[in-house]
Amino acid sequence: MGRDKVSAVQTFVDLLAGRREAAALAPREWDGVIGVARSEAMLATLAHKLDGADLPPTVAALFADQRAAAAVAQRQALWEAEMAHRALAPLGIEFVLLKGAAYAAAGMACAAGRQIGDLDILVLAADIRRAENALLNAGWEWVKSDPYDDFYYREHMHELPPMIHKSRDRMIDVHHTILPRTHRITPDALALVSDAVASADGFAVLNPADMACHCAAHMLADGDLQGGLRNLWDFHLMTRDFSATDPGFWQQLDARARLHGLQDAVQRAARLARDLYGAALPAGWSGHDPADRWFRQRLLARDDWGRVTQPLLEQAFYIRSHWLRMPPAMLAQHLWTKWRRR
Amino acid sequence: MRHSTRIAVGPVQFRIGSDWPEPITALEQLYASYPKDDARSADATVRLLAARPWRRWVRPSVHIGGDFVVPDALPLPLSMGLLAAEMGMNLQVALGWRRHMLLHASAVARDGRALIMSGESGSGKSTLAALLGEGDWRLMGDEFTLIEPEGGNALAFPRAVSLKNEAIAEVAARVDAARLGPLIASTPKGDIRHLIPRADAIADMHEPARPALLLFPRFGGNAAIEPMGEGETFVRLTEASTNYVALGEVGFAALTRLVRETPAFGVSYPDSATGIALVEQLWAETK
Repeated sequence: MGRDKVSAVQTFVDLLAGRREAAALAPREWDGVIGVARSEAMLATLAHKLDGADLPPTVAALFADQRAAAAVAQRQALWEAEMAHRALAPLGIEFVLLKGAAYAAAGMACAAGRQIGDLDILVLAADIRRAENALLNAGWEWVKSDPYDDFYYREHMHELPPMIHKSRDRMIDVHHTILPRTHRITPDALALVSDAVASADGFAVLNPADMACHCAAHMLADGDLQGGLRNLWDFHLMTRDFSATDPGFWQQLDARARLHGLQDAVQRAARLARDLYGAALPAGWSGHDPADRWFRQRLLARDDWGRVTQPLLEQAFYIRSHWLRMPPAMLAQHLWTKWRRR
Repeated sequence: MRHSTRIAVGPVQFRIGSDWPEPITALEQLYASYPKDDARSADATVRLLAARPWRRWVRPSVHIGGDFVVPDALPLPLSMGLLAAEMGMNLQVALGWRRHMLLHASAVARDGRALIMSGESGSGKSTLAALLGEGDWRLMGDEFTLIEPEGGNALAFPRAVSLKNEAIAEVAARVDAARLGPLIASTPKGDIRHLIPRADAIADMHEPARPALLLFPRFGGNAAIEPMGEGETFVRLTEASTNYVALGEVGFAALTRLVRETPAFGVSYPDSATGIALVEQLWAETK
């Protein structure tokens, strides 16, 4: 694609933000947009956003497929939540749904077409052993057999090693907090669980401010921005809708972000949502940080074949994610162990 | 990507990109007679790429990428680039297609009715379909058969037939050499040579056909026909479908209907001539 043209990933973001009309795209521009959307696992999200838009027939047909498939996948994901409930409820273990399954259970706008991978649940740290046993008894089993990985998860992570259900072949991640134990930031996990709210489907989900905090933490404090456009889209839609129903939402978000030590992540997420998706931010949120530029570049580093275009930047964010996740000496030891096992 | 082409097979429009010109040239030769619509958006993207930049030249090896990837798939040498492209295309359909229920099965049609053959690799389903497609049948496909959830019709996916090992000589003896691709020797799947389907199979590739007979061929052993119950047929077809689970209720309904409405048989045969005779016999009986 020539330099004078708008890149496919920019077109994709513009379509989501409503800055560009689908009807204005040249037929061949769709390849790049669809390629980027697929590589960001957001094709069904785009399909929902453009439902009813003026589209070429082949694009409209593909989008209809994607919406139907996402509806089935979402139903299957909520069924997994129900299965976890049936395994844990008899022991009195309560859990909070996180991420995709939570958005679907709460019927949120960002759930439309959203891909849901593993089932992510949050339990009190005090319940984690009992939850593990209950799930093992109900048909889940370990995925990782490597003793170092197992040790690493149990000692340092914010979740149990992943488990998979032996007959349904679905993964579950059982969290006791939302960032690794060794992370520089320690959110208040007890507050997350005790202040959770009931969703329309009856499952517990994080309260609005905590949900936005977790979304920002997951995107900016924990990972290497893989899937960042999707997480940012979640953040954008949830903050837009929460603040529309509750004028005090942004203040609550600020207060909860401080409680969890996540002000930086939450504020950066808000600015990025403004920059990429055109989010309207209240006074006091709409600042500027020169470093945002690198995040925007990382989020938009895709060519029209869906490939990462800036491998060095990607690598830098990967290293950053590890740097945030653990103290330097521990990082060195971890990398050494991992390298020797290659 | 540096080199690319677009191919439409049945309802799927592919976009295939490559770091090298050779696989694209080979694909364009193989698919030259297929209808082209370059303005149409792609449903599936395949990327044939060098794992490291220098591997474009030094011992060039082709990694299969695309919308969907198999994490630990082994790369192929550039001389097998056409096979890599074929595998990449299959992978995108198998993992990405949602409009129809996909069966890993070959199919041929006659009088608007379809004969669907499902079986493991080596069962002879491709060879039987290719040979029938040279007679008075329309080849619908040697790899995937698509079932419409609404209505239950079978749709064709007539990609270039992938002939393997002994089947190459058997088919080559009956067709014009211009319809054969290059011999790709000693691949992980053995020797491979592609057969371009007959013009009628390509011209009619959007014509649906009513499923009329389901066969589970098994190459080797004495000639035998064994009726198959609905339960076994159903379970075998769930295993032969790559998107049955992902389709949820729609898949269940489509498969139930197919199994209820279509007689099914296991067929053993020692050679192709016998196989074809058994197929024709069963076809005549189901009419």
